[in-house]
Amino acid sequence: MKIDLKNLTIEKAHQDFKSGKYSCRELAGEYLKVIKEKNPEINAYLEIYDDVLKQADIAQEMFKNGVASELTGIPFAIKDIILIKGKISSAGSKILENYKASYDATVIKDLKKVGAVFLGRTNMDEFAMGSSTQTSAYGVTRNPIDLSRVPGGSSGGSAAALAGGMALAALGTETCGSVREPSAFCGLVGLRSTYGAISRQGVIPMGNSLDQVGPFGKNVRDAEIIFNFLSRYDKEDSTSVPDNLRNHVLGGKKIGVPWHLFKEGVDSEVQENFKQSLGKFKKAGYEIVDIELPYCKYSLAVYYIIMPAEVSTNLARFDGIRYGYSVKGESLMDVYKKSRGGGFGKEARRRILLGTYVLSHGYYDAYYNKALNVREKIREEIFNAFKKVDYILTPTVPVLPFKLGEKLDDPVAMYLCDIFSAPANLTGVPSIALPSGTSKDGLPFSIQFMAPYFCESSLFEIGKRFEAIK
Amino acid sequence: MDIKDVENLANLARIELGEDEKKAMLKDMEGILEYVKQIEGVKVDDVKAEYSLTNIWREDVLEPREFSKELIIGQFPDAQDGFVKVKKIL
Repeated sequence: MKIDLKNLTIEKAHQDFKSGKYSCRELAGEYLKVIKEKNPEINAYLEIYDDVLKQADIAQEMFKNGVASELTGIPFAIKDIILIKGKISSAGSKILENYKASYDATVIKDLKKVGAVFLGRTNMDEFAMGSSTQTSAYGVTRNPIDLSRVPGGSSGGSAAALAGGMALAALGTETCGSVREPSAFCGLVGLRSTYGAISRQGVIPMGNSLDQVGPFGKNVRDAEIIFNFLSRYDKEDSTSVPDNLRNHVLGGKKIGVPWHLFKEGVDSEVQENFKQSLGKFKKAGYEIVDIELPYCKYSLAVYYIIMPAEVSTNLARFDGIRYGYSVKGESLMDVYKKSRGGGFGKEARRRILLGTYVLSHGYYDAYYNKALNVREKIREEIFNAFKKVDYILTPTVPVLPFKLGEKLDDPVAMYLCDIFSAPANLTGVPSIALPSGTSKDGLPFSIQFMAPYFCESSLFEIGKRFEAIK
Repeated sequence: MDIKDVENLANLARIELGEDEKKAMLKDMEGILEYVKQIEGVKVDDVKAEYSLTNIWREDVLEPREFSKELIIGQFPDAQDGFVKVKKIL
Protein backbone atom coordinates (compact mmCIF):
# COMPACT_ATOMS: atom_id res chain seq x y z
CA MET A 1 0.00 0.00 0.00
CA LYS A 2 1.06 3.57 -0.61
CA ILE A 3 1.12 5.79 2.47
CA ASP A 4 0.95 9.56 2.01
CA LEU A 5 4.23 10.29 3.81
CA LYS A 6 4.32 13.91 2.76
CA ASN A 7 1.26 14.89 4.79
CA LEU A 8 1.78 12.39 7.57
CA THR A 9 1.98 13.68 11.14
CA ILE A 10 2.59 11.85 14.41
CA GLU A 11 -1.09 12.06 15.38
CA LYS A 12 -2.21 10.86 11.96
CA ALA A 13 0.17 7.90 12.00
CA HIS A 14 -1.00 7.01 15.50
CA GLN A 15 -4.65 7.03 14.37
CA ASP A 16 -3.78 4.88 11.37
CA PHE A 17 -1.92 2.35 13.54
CA LYS A 18 -4.89 2.20 15.88
CA SER A 19 -7.43 1.73 13.13
CA GLY A 20 -5.21 -0.84 11.45
CA LYS A 21 -4.93 1.13 8.20
CA TYR A 22 -1.32 0.00 8.09
CA SER A 23 1.10 -1.60 10.52
CA CYS A 24 4.20 -0.21 12.22
CA ARG A 25 6.26 -2.49 9.98
CA GLU A 26 4.57 -1.17 6.84
CA LEU A 27 5.23 2.44 7.78
CA ALA A 28 8.87 1.75 8.71
CA GLY A 29 9.20 -0.16 5.42
CA GLU A 30 7.92 2.84 3.46
CA TYR A 31 10.52 5.08 5.07
CA LEU A 32 13.26 2.54 4.39
CA LYS A 33 12.27 2.64 0.73
CA VAL A 34 12.55 6.44 0.58
CA ILE A 35 15.87 6.31 2.42
CA LYS A 36 17.22 3.77 -0.04
CA GLU A 37 16.23 5.98 -2.91
CA LYS A 38 17.25 9.39 -1.57
CA ASN A 39 19.94 8.95 1.05
CA PRO A 40 22.85 8.11 -1.28
CA GLU A 41 22.53 11.61 -2.69
CA ILE A 42 21.48 13.58 0.40
CA ASN A 43 23.66 11.71 2.96
CA ALA A 44 21.32 12.51 5.84
CA TYR A 45 21.94 9.14 7.47
CA LEU A 46 25.38 7.75 8.25
CA GLU A 47 23.90 4.38 9.08
CA ILE A 48 20.52 2.70 8.69
CA TYR A 49 20.01 0.26 11.53
CA ASP A 50 19.61 -3.39 10.57
CA ASP A 51 16.89 -4.00 13.16
CA VAL A 52 14.36 -1.37 12.04
CA LEU A 53 11.66 -3.87 11.08
CA LYS A 54 12.24 -5.83 14.27
CA GLN A 55 11.75 -2.63 16.28
CA ALA A 56 8.55 -1.99 14.31
CA ASP A 57 7.25 -5.46 15.17
CA ILE A 58 7.84 -4.81 18.86
CA ALA A 59 5.83 -1.58 18.50
CA GLN A 60 3.04 -3.49 16.73
CA GLU A 61 2.88 -5.91 19.65
CA MET A 62 2.26 -2.92 21.92
CA PHE A 63 -0.75 -1.96 19.84
CA LYS A 64 -1.97 -5.54 19.96
CA ASN A 65 -1.59 -5.59 23.73
CA GLY A 66 -3.30 -2.26 24.23
CA VAL A 67 -0.22 -0.56 25.73
CA ALA A 68 0.65 1.67 22.77
CA SER A 69 0.98 5.43 23.18
CA GLU A 70 1.38 8.35 20.81
CA LEU A 71 5.02 7.69 19.89
CA THR A 72 4.70 3.91 19.56
CA GLY A 73 5.89 2.85 16.11
CA ILE A 74 6.82 6.41 15.10
CA PRO A 75 9.98 6.28 12.93
CA PHE A 76 12.71 8.60 14.26
CA ALA A 77 16.00 9.83 12.86
CA ILE A 78 18.57 10.18 15.67
CA LYS A 79 21.57 12.50 15.60
CA ASP A 80 24.87 10.63 15.72
CA ILE A 81 25.72 12.16 19.11
CA ILE A 82 22.97 10.47 21.17
CA LEU A 83 23.99 7.07 22.53
CA ILE A 84 22.06 3.93 21.63
CA LYS A 85 23.43 0.86 23.36
CA GLY A 86 25.38 -1.45 21.07
CA LYS A 87 25.23 0.97 18.13
CA ILE A 88 27.98 3.20 16.82
CA SER A 89 27.85 6.83 17.97
CA SER A 90 30.60 8.71 16.19
CA ALA A 91 29.54 12.34 16.75
CA GLY A 92 30.51 12.87 13.11
CA SER A 93 34.16 12.40 14.07
CA LYS A 94 36.89 10.06 12.95
CA ILE A 95 38.09 9.81 16.55
CA LEU A 96 34.89 7.88 17.39
CA GLU A 97 34.42 6.08 14.07
CA ASN A 98 34.14 2.67 15.72
CA TYR A 99 32.82 3.71 19.10
CA LYS A 100 29.92 1.54 20.23
CA ALA A 101 27.77 2.97 23.01
CA SER A 102 27.76 0.87 26.15
CA TYR A 103 24.46 2.28 27.41
CA ASP A 104 21.32 4.11 26.24
CA ALA A 105 20.94 7.86 26.62
CA THR A 106 17.96 8.72 28.84
CA VAL A 107 15.99 10.10 25.86
CA ILE A 108 16.62 6.83 24.01
CA LYS A 109 15.65 4.75 27.04
CA ASP A 110 12.38 6.69 27.28
CA LEU A 111 11.64 6.38 23.57
CA LYS A 112 12.43 2.64 23.61
CA LYS A 113 9.97 2.14 26.46
CA VAL A 114 7.11 3.42 24.33
CA GLY A 115 8.23 1.56 21.21
CA ALA A 116 9.50 4.41 19.04
CA VAL A 117 11.41 3.09 16.02
CA PHE A 118 14.96 4.30 15.36
CA LEU A 119 15.66 4.28 11.63
CA GLY A 120 19.31 5.25 11.86
CA ARG A 121 21.87 7.78 12.99
CA THR A 122 22.17 11.07 11.15
CA ASN A 123 25.10 13.10 9.91
CA MET A 124 26.29 16.17 11.79
CA ASP A 125 29.11 18.64 12.05
CA GLU A 126 31.97 17.01 13.95
CA PHE A 127 31.13 17.05 17.66
CA ALA A 128 28.28 19.42 16.74
CA MET A 129 30.74 22.15 15.78
CA GLY A 130 29.36 23.91 12.75
CA SER A 131 26.38 25.51 11.10
CA SER A 132 26.24 23.61 7.82
CA THR A 133 27.05 19.89 8.39
CA GLN A 134 30.19 20.36 6.32
CA THR A 135 32.70 19.58 9.08
CA SER A 136 31.57 15.96 9.44
CA ALA A 137 34.28 13.37 8.90
CA TYR A 138 31.73 11.47 6.80
CA GLY A 139 31.00 13.92 4.03
CA VAL A 140 28.52 16.75 3.65
CA THR A 141 24.75 16.45 3.84
CA ARG A 142 22.73 18.11 1.11
CA ASN A 143 19.62 20.18 1.61
CA PRO A 144 16.62 18.22 0.24
CA ILE A 145 15.00 21.49 -0.87
CA ASP A 146 17.99 22.40 -3.06
CA LEU A 147 20.72 19.79 -3.39
CA SER A 148 23.37 22.39 -4.18
CA ARG A 149 22.89 23.96 -0.74
CA VAL A 150 23.70 23.08 2.86
CA PRO A 151 20.98 21.83 5.23
CA GLY A 152 22.33 23.94 8.11
CA GLY A 153 23.96 22.41 11.12
CA SER A 154 25.10 20.97 13.28
CA SER A 155 22.03 18.70 13.29
CA GLY A 156 21.81 18.92 9.48
CA GLY A 157 21.40 15.18 8.97
CA SER A 158 18.33 15.01 11.20
CA ALA A 159 16.80 18.05 9.50
CA ALA A 160 17.52 16.68 6.01
CA ALA A 161 16.11 13.26 6.95
CA LEU A 162 12.85 14.82 8.09
CA ALA A 163 12.58 17.39 5.30
CA GLY A 164 13.49 14.75 2.71
CA GLY A 165 10.66 12.45 3.84
CA MET A 166 13.14 9.93 5.26
CA ALA A 167 11.69 9.99 8.81
CA LEU A 168 8.52 11.13 10.54
CA ALA A 169 10.33 12.68 13.49
CA ALA A 170 13.90 13.59 14.37
CA LEU A 171 16.09 14.46 17.32
CA GLY A 172 18.98 16.88 17.24
CA THR A 173 21.01 18.74 19.83
CA GLU A 174 21.75 22.43 20.28
CA THR A 175 24.72 24.21 21.71
CA CYS A 176 24.03 27.37 19.74
CA GLY A 177 21.34 27.10 17.09
CA SER A 178 22.12 23.55 15.96
CA VAL A 179 18.44 22.61 15.86
CA ARG A 180 16.90 25.98 14.97
CA GLU A 181 19.30 26.87 12.16
CA PRO A 182 18.90 23.57 10.23
CA SER A 183 15.14 23.82 10.86
CA ALA A 184 15.23 27.22 9.21
CA PHE A 185 17.28 25.96 6.27
CA CYS A 186 15.06 22.91 5.71
CA GLY A 187 11.65 24.51 6.27
CA LEU A 188 10.95 22.74 9.57
CA VAL A 189 9.91 23.53 13.12
CA GLY A 190 12.78 23.19 15.58
CA LEU A 191 12.81 23.62 19.32
CA ARG A 192 15.62 24.48 21.67
CA SER A 193 14.06 23.72 25.02
CA THR A 194 14.84 25.34 28.37
CA TYR A 195 18.27 24.41 29.70
CA GLY A 196 17.69 21.43 31.97
CA ALA A 197 14.28 20.46 30.53
CA ILE A 198 15.35 17.37 28.59
CA SER A 199 17.96 14.95 29.97
CA ARG A 200 21.46 15.09 28.50
CA GLN A 201 22.57 11.84 30.08
CA GLY A 202 24.12 9.82 27.25
CA VAL A 203 24.52 12.74 24.86
CA ILE A 204 28.15 13.34 23.90
CA PRO A 205 28.84 16.79 25.38
CA MET A 206 30.22 19.81 23.59
CA GLY A 207 29.52 22.76 25.89
CA ASN A 208 27.97 21.63 29.15
CA SER A 209 26.54 24.99 30.13
CA LEU A 210 24.86 25.31 26.71
CA ASP A 211 23.89 21.88 25.32
CA GLN A 212 20.29 20.70 25.02
CA VAL A 213 18.50 17.96 23.07
CA GLY A 214 15.84 19.32 20.72
CA PRO A 215 13.08 17.91 18.53
CA PHE A 216 12.42 18.67 14.88
CA GLY A 217 8.88 18.53 13.52
CA LYS A 218 7.19 19.03 10.19
CA ASN A 219 4.76 21.14 12.17
CA VAL A 220 4.48 22.64 15.65
CA ARG A 221 2.26 19.89 17.02
CA ASP A 222 4.82 17.16 16.18
CA ALA A 223 7.60 19.06 17.95
CA GLU A 224 5.28 19.61 20.89
CA ILE A 225 4.41 15.93 21.21
CA ILE A 226 8.08 14.93 21.25
CA PHE A 227 9.05 17.69 23.70
CA ASN A 228 6.20 16.92 26.10
CA PHE A 229 7.25 13.30 26.12
CA LEU A 230 10.99 13.86 26.62
CA SER A 231 10.81 16.75 29.06
CA ARG A 232 11.20 15.34 32.56
CA TYR A 233 13.50 15.42 35.54
CA ASP A 234 16.34 12.90 35.30
CA LYS A 235 18.40 12.29 38.38
CA GLU A 236 21.24 10.94 36.28
CA ASP A 237 21.76 14.37 34.73
CA SER A 238 22.98 16.83 37.34
CA THR A 239 21.78 19.78 35.25
CA SER A 240 18.26 18.40 34.91
CA VAL A 241 15.72 20.69 36.61
CA PRO A 242 13.44 19.11 39.24
CA ASP A 243 9.69 19.20 38.56
CA ASN A 244 8.86 21.65 41.34
CA LEU A 245 11.07 24.31 39.71
CA ARG A 246 9.44 24.02 36.30
CA ASN A 247 6.99 26.86 36.63
CA HIS A 248 5.40 28.08 33.48
CA VAL A 249 2.95 30.82 32.79
CA LEU A 250 0.90 30.96 29.63
CA GLY A 251 2.02 33.69 27.28
CA GLY A 252 -0.03 36.79 26.54
CA LYS A 253 -0.08 38.78 23.35
CA LYS A 254 2.92 41.05 23.64
CA ILE A 255 5.83 40.44 21.26
CA GLY A 256 9.11 42.27 21.81
CA VAL A 257 11.32 42.94 18.78
CA PRO A 258 14.96 43.98 19.36
CA TRP A 259 15.25 45.82 16.04
CA HIS A 260 18.65 47.27 16.86
CA LEU A 261 20.17 43.75 16.76
CA PHE A 262 19.46 43.33 13.08
CA LYS A 263 19.83 46.72 11.58
CA GLU A 264 22.69 45.33 9.55
CA GLY A 265 24.13 41.96 8.54
CA VAL A 266 20.75 40.52 7.61
CA ASP A 267 19.79 39.62 4.01
CA SER A 268 17.25 42.06 2.64
CA GLU A 269 14.93 39.21 1.65
CA VAL A 270 15.10 37.82 5.19
CA GLN A 271 14.44 41.27 6.60
CA GLU A 272 11.46 41.73 4.31
CA ASN A 273 9.98 38.36 5.24
CA PHE A 274 10.42 39.16 8.91
CA LYS A 275 8.46 42.39 8.52
CA GLN A 276 5.69 40.57 6.68
CA SER A 277 5.47 37.95 9.44
CA LEU A 278 5.32 40.70 12.01
CA GLY A 279 2.43 42.30 10.11
CA LYS A 280 0.53 39.02 10.31
CA PHE A 281 0.86 38.91 14.07
CA LYS A 282 -0.25 42.51 14.32
CA LYS A 283 -3.32 41.72 12.25
CA ALA A 284 -4.07 38.73 14.47
CA GLY A 285 -4.26 40.99 17.50
CA TYR A 286 -0.74 40.75 18.92
CA GLU A 287 0.91 43.85 20.30
CA ILE A 288 4.37 44.53 18.88
CA VAL A 289 6.82 46.35 21.14
CA ASP A 290 10.27 47.67 20.29
CA ILE A 291 12.78 46.47 22.91
CA GLU A 292 16.45 47.18 23.54
CA LEU A 293 18.85 44.37 24.42
CA PRO A 294 22.20 46.19 24.43
CA TYR A 295 24.26 43.33 25.89
CA CYS A 296 22.77 40.76 23.48
CA LYS A 297 24.82 42.37 20.74
CA TYR A 298 27.83 40.65 22.30
CA SER A 299 26.18 37.23 22.52
CA LEU A 300 28.09 35.59 19.73
CA ALA A 301 31.45 36.95 20.91
CA VAL A 302 30.70 35.69 24.42
CA TYR A 303 29.63 32.36 23.00
CA TYR A 304 32.86 31.98 21.03
CA ILE A 305 34.83 32.27 24.25
CA ILE A 306 32.72 30.16 26.59
CA MET A 307 31.98 27.36 24.13
CA PRO A 308 35.62 26.68 23.04
CA ALA A 309 36.63 26.77 26.70
CA GLU A 310 34.12 24.04 27.46
CA VAL A 311 35.04 22.18 24.26
CA SER A 312 38.73 22.05 25.13
CA THR A 313 37.83 20.58 28.51
CA ASN A 314 35.23 18.12 27.23
CA LEU A 315 37.27 16.81 24.35
CA ALA A 316 40.24 16.09 26.61
CA ARG A 317 38.64 12.69 27.25
CA PHE A 318 39.38 11.50 23.72
CA ASP A 319 42.93 10.32 24.14
CA GLY A 320 43.29 7.16 22.08
CA ILE A 321 43.61 5.06 25.23
CA ARG A 322 40.21 3.70 26.19
CA TYR A 323 38.19 3.75 22.97
CA GLY A 324 38.03 5.23 19.50
CA TYR A 325 40.74 6.12 17.03
CA SER A 326 44.19 5.28 18.38
CA VAL A 327 47.60 5.62 16.79
CA LYS A 328 50.53 3.65 18.13
CA GLY A 329 53.44 5.77 19.30
CA GLU A 330 56.85 5.70 20.95
CA SER A 331 55.58 7.06 24.24
CA LEU A 332 52.30 7.78 25.95
CA MET A 333 52.55 11.47 24.91
CA ASP A 334 53.12 10.33 21.36
CA VAL A 335 49.95 8.21 21.45
CA TYR A 336 47.93 11.19 22.72
CA LYS A 337 49.25 13.65 20.18
CA LYS A 338 49.02 11.38 17.17
CA SER A 339 45.58 10.03 18.07
CA ARG A 340 44.14 13.47 18.77
CA GLY A 341 45.94 15.11 15.86
CA GLY A 342 44.71 12.49 13.40
CA GLY A 343 41.32 11.82 15.00
CA PHE A 344 39.97 15.34 15.30
CA GLY A 345 38.99 17.31 12.21
CA LYS A 346 39.99 20.87 11.44
CA GLU A 347 37.14 22.68 13.20
CA ALA A 348 37.45 20.56 16.35
CA ARG A 349 41.22 21.22 16.48
CA ARG A 350 40.60 24.92 15.94
CA ARG A 351 38.12 25.15 18.81
CA ILE A 352 40.20 23.04 21.19
CA LEU A 353 43.17 25.36 20.63
CA LEU A 354 41.01 28.45 20.99
CA GLY A 355 39.58 27.11 24.24
CA THR A 356 43.05 26.25 25.51
CA TYR A 357 44.06 29.83 24.72
CA VAL A 358 41.19 31.63 26.49
CA LEU A 359 41.66 29.44 29.55
CA SER A 360 45.39 29.84 29.75
CA HIS A 361 47.16 31.89 32.38
CA GLY A 362 47.31 35.53 31.41
CA TYR A 363 44.24 35.43 29.16
CA TYR A 364 41.75 33.82 31.52
CA ASP A 365 40.55 37.10 33.04
CA ALA A 366 40.48 39.08 29.83
CA TYR A 367 38.54 36.45 27.91
CA TYR A 368 36.88 33.73 29.93
CA ASN A 369 36.00 35.66 33.10
CA LYS A 370 34.93 38.67 31.13
CA ALA A 371 32.71 36.50 28.94
CA LEU A 372 31.09 34.96 32.02
CA ASN A 373 30.30 38.42 33.35
CA VAL A 374 28.83 39.63 30.07
CA ARG A 375 26.82 36.40 29.89
CA GLU A 376 25.35 37.27 33.28
CA LYS A 377 24.39 40.70 31.97
CA ILE A 378 22.72 39.12 28.94
CA ARG A 379 20.78 36.84 31.26
CA GLU A 380 19.68 39.77 33.39
CA GLU A 381 18.67 41.71 30.30
CA ILE A 382 16.56 38.87 28.86
CA PHE A 383 15.02 38.26 32.27
CA ASN A 384 14.02 41.94 32.53
CA ALA A 385 12.69 41.99 28.97
CA PHE A 386 10.29 39.20 29.89
CA LYS A 387 8.83 41.39 32.60
CA LYS A 388 7.59 43.62 29.80
CA VAL A 389 6.85 41.25 26.93
CA ASP A 390 5.70 37.64 26.57
CA TYR A 391 7.87 36.77 23.59
CA ILE A 392 11.00 37.99 21.88
CA LEU A 393 10.95 37.68 18.10
CA THR A 394 13.87 37.76 15.63
CA PRO A 395 14.70 36.07 12.33
CA THR A 396 16.13 32.58 13.02
CA VAL A 397 19.13 33.02 10.72
CA PRO A 398 20.34 36.24 9.06
CA VAL A 399 20.81 34.48 5.70
CA LEU A 400 19.12 31.93 3.43
CA PRO A 401 20.59 28.42 2.98
CA PHE A 402 23.94 28.89 1.26
CA LYS A 403 25.81 26.81 -1.31
CA LEU A 404 27.91 23.81 -0.35
CA GLY A 405 31.52 24.83 0.13
CA GLU A 406 30.64 28.41 1.06
CA LYS A 407 32.00 29.96 4.27
CA LEU A 408 34.23 26.95 4.95
CA ASP A 409 37.43 28.98 4.74
CA ASP A 410 36.10 31.84 6.82
CA PRO A 411 35.24 30.61 10.32
CA VAL A 412 33.84 33.96 11.50
CA ALA A 413 31.44 34.19 8.53
CA MET A 414 30.20 30.69 9.39
CA TYR A 415 29.84 31.56 13.07
CA LEU A 416 27.69 34.59 12.21
CA CYS A 417 24.91 32.22 11.03
CA ASP A 418 24.15 31.70 14.71
CA ILE A 419 24.07 35.32 15.77
CA PHE A 420 20.37 35.20 16.71
CA SER A 421 20.67 31.77 18.31
CA ALA A 422 23.24 32.68 20.94
CA PRO A 423 21.06 34.63 23.43
CA ALA A 424 18.80 31.61 24.10
CA ASN A 425 21.71 29.23 24.57
CA LEU A 426 23.66 31.61 26.80
CA THR A 427 20.68 32.35 29.02
CA GLY A 428 18.94 28.96 28.86
CA VAL A 429 15.52 30.23 27.76
CA PRO A 430 13.54 28.15 25.25
CA SER A 431 13.26 29.16 21.62
CA ILE A 432 11.39 27.83 18.61
CA ALA A 433 12.12 28.23 14.90
CA LEU A 434 9.06 28.45 12.66
CA PRO A 435 8.87 28.32 8.85
CA SER A 436 7.67 31.69 7.55
CA GLY A 437 7.36 31.27 3.81
CA THR A 438 9.68 30.82 0.87
CA SER A 439 11.95 33.12 -1.11
CA LYS A 440 11.65 33.83 -4.81
CA ASP A 441 14.12 30.97 -5.37
CA GLY A 442 11.99 28.61 -3.33
CA LEU A 443 14.22 28.66 -0.23
CA PRO A 444 12.63 28.61 3.22
CA PHE A 445 12.40 31.61 5.54
CA SER A 446 12.18 31.22 9.29
CA ILE A 447 11.41 33.31 12.36
CA GLN A 448 12.17 32.44 15.95
CA PHE A 449 10.49 33.17 19.25
CA MET A 450 12.07 33.10 22.68
CA ALA A 451 9.95 32.77 25.80
CA PRO A 452 10.71 32.74 29.55
CA TYR A 453 12.10 29.60 31.23
CA PHE A 454 9.88 26.55 30.87
CA CYS A 455 7.34 28.42 28.74
CA GLU A 456 7.59 25.96 25.85
CA SER A 457 3.80 25.69 25.93
CA SER A 458 3.59 29.39 25.01
CA LEU A 459 5.97 28.81 22.12
CA PHE A 460 3.82 25.97 20.82
CA GLU A 461 0.71 28.08 21.23
CA ILE A 462 2.05 31.03 19.26
CA GLY A 463 3.62 28.65 16.74
CA LYS A 464 0.29 27.03 16.03
CA ARG A 465 -1.31 30.44 15.80
CA PHE A 466 1.29 31.40 13.20
CA GLU A 467 0.58 28.22 11.21
CA ALA A 468 -3.05 29.31 11.10
CA ILE A 469 -2.48 32.93 10.08
CA LYS A 470 0.45 32.65 7.66
CA MET B 1 50.01 35.66 18.59
CA ASP B 2 52.67 33.87 16.56
CA ILE B 3 53.56 30.36 15.40
CA LYS B 4 55.29 29.67 18.72
CA ASP B 5 52.02 30.35 20.55
CA VAL B 6 50.16 27.97 18.28
CA GLU B 7 52.81 25.31 18.89
CA ASN B 8 52.56 25.83 22.61
CA LEU B 9 48.76 25.56 22.59
CA ALA B 10 48.86 22.45 20.42
CA ASN B 11 51.33 20.96 22.85
CA LEU B 12 49.13 21.79 25.85
CA ALA B 13 46.11 20.34 24.06
CA ARG B 14 48.10 17.22 23.03
CA ILE B 15 47.40 17.67 19.34
CA GLU B 16 49.99 17.03 16.65
CA LEU B 17 49.87 19.68 13.92
CA GLY B 18 51.63 19.77 10.56
CA GLU B 19 53.67 22.86 9.57
CA ASP B 20 51.10 24.08 7.03
CA GLU B 21 48.30 23.65 9.49
CA LYS B 22 50.07 25.72 12.12
CA LYS B 23 50.10 28.65 9.73
CA ALA B 24 46.44 28.20 8.78
CA MET B 25 45.54 27.84 12.44
CA LEU B 26 47.34 31.06 13.31
CA LYS B 27 45.38 32.91 10.65
CA ASP B 28 42.05 31.45 11.83
CA MET B 29 42.78 32.14 15.49
CA GLU B 30 43.68 35.73 14.73
CA GLY B 31 40.41 36.19 12.86
CA ILE B 32 38.33 34.69 15.64
CA LEU B 33 40.16 36.56 18.41
CA GLU B 34 39.68 39.76 16.47
CA TYR B 35 35.95 39.10 16.51
CA VAL B 36 35.63 38.09 20.17
CA LYS B 37 37.86 40.96 21.27
CA GLN B 38 34.82 43.24 21.08
CA ILE B 39 33.89 42.17 24.60
CA GLU B 40 36.99 43.94 25.90
CA GLY B 41 35.21 47.27 25.65
CA VAL B 42 31.99 46.11 27.33
CA LYS B 43 31.43 47.74 30.67
CA VAL B 44 30.13 45.32 33.25
CA ASP B 45 29.84 46.59 36.74
CA ASP B 46 28.08 44.84 39.59
CA VAL B 47 27.55 41.45 38.12
CA LYS B 48 25.34 39.79 40.62
CA ALA B 49 23.36 36.69 39.80
CA GLU B 50 19.73 36.88 40.87
CA TYR B 51 19.57 33.14 41.37
CA SER B 52 21.56 30.69 43.38
CA LEU B 53 23.39 27.69 42.06
CA THR B 54 23.52 24.51 44.09
CA ASN B 55 25.75 21.50 43.88
CA ILE B 56 24.06 18.28 42.92
CA TRP B 57 25.43 15.36 44.90
CA ARG B 58 24.43 11.78 45.18
CA GLU B 59 24.91 9.55 48.17
CA ASP B 60 28.06 7.48 48.08
CA VAL B 61 26.26 4.18 47.75
CA LEU B 62 26.51 1.48 45.13
CA GLU B 63 23.83 1.72 42.47
CA PRO B 64 23.54 -0.72 39.62
CA ARG B 65 23.85 0.90 36.18
CA GLU B 66 23.08 -0.58 32.82
CA PHE B 67 26.58 -0.42 31.40
CA SER B 68 27.82 -3.19 29.19
CA LYS B 69 31.20 -4.28 30.51
CA GLU B 70 31.81 -6.35 27.37
CA LEU B 71 31.22 -3.34 25.12
CA ILE B 72 33.61 -1.25 27.18
CA ILE B 73 36.39 -3.82 27.31
CA GLY B 74 35.90 -4.76 23.67
CA GLN B 75 36.82 -1.23 22.60
CA PHE B 76 40.18 -0.87 24.32
CA PRO B 77 42.69 -0.11 21.56
CA ASP B 78 45.23 -2.19 23.48
CA ALA B 79 44.36 -4.64 26.25
CA GLN B 80 45.71 -7.47 28.32
CA ASP B 81 43.67 -9.80 30.56
CA GLY B 82 40.65 -7.49 30.45
CA PHE B 83 42.68 -4.41 31.40
CA VAL B 84 43.44 -1.41 29.23
CA LYS B 85 47.12 -1.34 28.31
CA VAL B 86 49.11 1.90 28.06
CA LYS B 87 52.72 2.86 27.41
CA LYS B 88 54.78 3.15 30.56
CA ILE B 89 54.28 6.45 32.32
CA LEU B 90 57.45 6.66 34.40
